[in-house]
Amino acid sequence: MKYLKFLFVGIIFGIVLVKSEAVSWYRIYEMFRFQSFHMYGIIGTAIATGVIFLQISKKKHFKNLLGLEINVPKKDSGFVRYIIGGSIFGLGWALVGACPGPMYILLGTGVYSMIIVILAALLGTLIYGALKNKLPH
Amino acid sequence: MEYILNPWPWYISGPLIALVMATLLYFGKTFAMSSNLATLCSMAGAGKFINFFKADWTEKKWNLIVVLGAILGGFIAKTFLMNDTAIDLNNKTIKELNDFGFINPGKTIVPNELFGLEAITSFHGLLILIIGGVLIGFGTRYAGGCTSGHAITGLSSFQKPSLIAVIGFFIGGLIMTNLILPYIL
Repeated sequence: MKYLKFLFVGIIFGIVLVKSEAVSWYRIYEMFRFQSFHMYGIIGTAIATGVIFLQISKKKHFKNLLGLEINVPKKDSGFVRYIIGGSIFGLGWALVGACPGPMYILLGTGVYSMIIVILAALLGTLIYGALKNKLPH
Repeated sequence: MEYILNPWPWYISGPLIALVMATLLYFGKTFAMSSNLATLCSMAGAGKFINFFKADWTEKKWNLIVVLGAILGGFIAKTFLMNDTAIDLNNKTIKELNDFGFINPGKTIVPNELFGLEAITSFHGLLILIIGGVLIGFGTRYAGGCTSGHAITGLSSFQKPSLIAVIGFFIGGLIMTNLILPYIL
């Protein structure tokens, strides 16, 4: 039962991303060709709503289920890992038109070839883990 | 019902994604979809060989349940909440894709030319999906997050590392779509 709420959030997330067409390779292609506002609208309004929520929750000291103040963990400071890692992810995102959420969602919609992408992404994660200490961060 | 079955506009979808982020924060977690890849590696025992994966994955179980939900959500949306409205793509986009040999762009969620049986049983098609997946897995872990963790959560909380990462996402995405895809599609 403890996990049921997470299943529910995942279901909503999956439905929203399919219905918004954000899982579509075509929409990602269009975004990176600057031929449509759609994806910018989705990401932009998601961030704007997120900003409003986080600002209000900070002012009003909203508490989470565990009774602690709602808090977004801070990312480590740095530059190289974010710009290079980000660019590498961007290449993959534009190639297969899916980021880590949509990979799974698309599998649910019946795009079974996504299994290949997911397995390859696991391999990519393993390669990063193995090389981590040799890479500039 | 018509409103639900038709594609949802961006100004409805964006705030709903923020709601997913807010709900996970309320549950004391974060919205970070790429971290489940590392959790799956830990779960499969990669920690025996690679220190990076030596983590107690049972604490991250919730993340895998979100993934399971996302798969289910995809199934529900596709099975019960869709009509046959094609994706309303820009005519320029359709023309470009037709020139690459894509038939009926936008008729299905993803192009058969990349994800269909014929594509994935060809060496070229299989290579595209494998390289794409490896880049996603490697890049997100190197950058410490993806669209959900950096673009949505990180930018909403005004974090500079996330801004740098998102600039990176666009550098990579623009290079792939504009400079590489025309040669490999």
